[in-house]
Amino acid sequence: MTWRRALYFLPLVAFLALAAYFLRGLAPGYDPQVLPSVLIDKPAPTFDLAGLKSATPLTNRDFAGEIVFVNFFASWCAPCRGESPVLMDLSRRNVIQLYGIDYKDKPEDAIKFLQEFGDPYRRIGVDESGRTAINFGVYGVPETYAIDRAGRIRWRHVGPLTTQVVQTEIMPLLKRLGAS
Amino acid sequence: MIRVLAAAAILLGLAHAALAVEPSEMLPDPKLEMRAEAIGKQLRCLVCQNESIEDSGADLAHDLRVIIRDRLKAGDTDAQAIKYVVDRYGDFVLLKPPVEPATYLLWFSPFAILAIGAAGAWLYIRRRPAPPDEPLDLNQRRKLERLLLDDQ
Repeated sequence: MTWRRALYFLPLVAFLALAAYFLRGLAPGYDPQVLPSVLIDKPAPTFDLAGLKSATPLTNRDFAGEIVFVNFFASWCAPCRGESPVLMDLSRRNVIQLYGIDYKDKPEDAIKFLQEFGDPYRRIGVDESGRTAINFGVYGVPETYAIDRAGRIRWRHVGPLTTQVVQTEIMPLLKRLGAS
Repeated sequence: MIRVLAAAAILLGLAHAALAVEPSEMLPDPKLEMRAEAIGKQLRCLVCQNESIEDSGADLAHDLRVIIRDRLKAGDTDAQAIKYVVDRYGDFVLLKPPVEPATYLLWFSPFAILAIGAAGAWLYIRRRPAPPDEPLDLNQRRKLERLLLDDQ
């Protein structure tokens, strides 16, 4: 008869399991809208983009043998303004090699944007059609990707970069990838 | 009743007209366009996340619709066109998740819960004491009649 009595606790056990699952959704910083990238550890898509301000074009061949970060941004994107001080700081301290891809933007608007908020990028490619972004799996700017020396995507961040993301994700990532 | 049906028919017609596909996106070949629409309805718009790319007015949904049509024009099968998008955005873009080990719980847990409930109900019914079915003897019947008469 004891097993039947144990059965009465089944609803409680089921409730606790469900509650634990829901608690995960309440954890600070958990955003159910953020998708994991399917391209992690896969080769970065190839691209060949015109450079901004008729500067040299940007292609993925430029990254060969380097650990680089690619930031998709646009002048019309409000969170991009928010992350710009973080990007400027990273580039000033020379922590990462940062390249920009200007997503669905008018070049003159992008130039104005960079004049106002600063230009943290080594070079900028213009993705007016948005096809390069789709090949990366971008679904909203800003997004940032890390590509390792072998040309594989190792990390992706959706949304603006913050100092917290730099401390908790980018710095450990650089250590893992063996950046000098 | 007829009026209600007519209204429903009109609303359904409107619902179809509310697809976000712009005329300029449509393929001239109606067969190909139909295939593209069918594919688009299976793919989730990643900006709104609860609409298909065929229904969504988001910019990215527009781009994906055009890509699907480009792929079909280039001779892709439906599966190849869908794979093109899944390769970039993952299984999440499929509004109907595929049946694979990671989604077994999602697909089969309703049936498992139904089976558990049915087993429980069956056990409960089987264990319930059977109702007495012997007929009343003479004394009991008299007693019953007296009780019923008292009530009146």
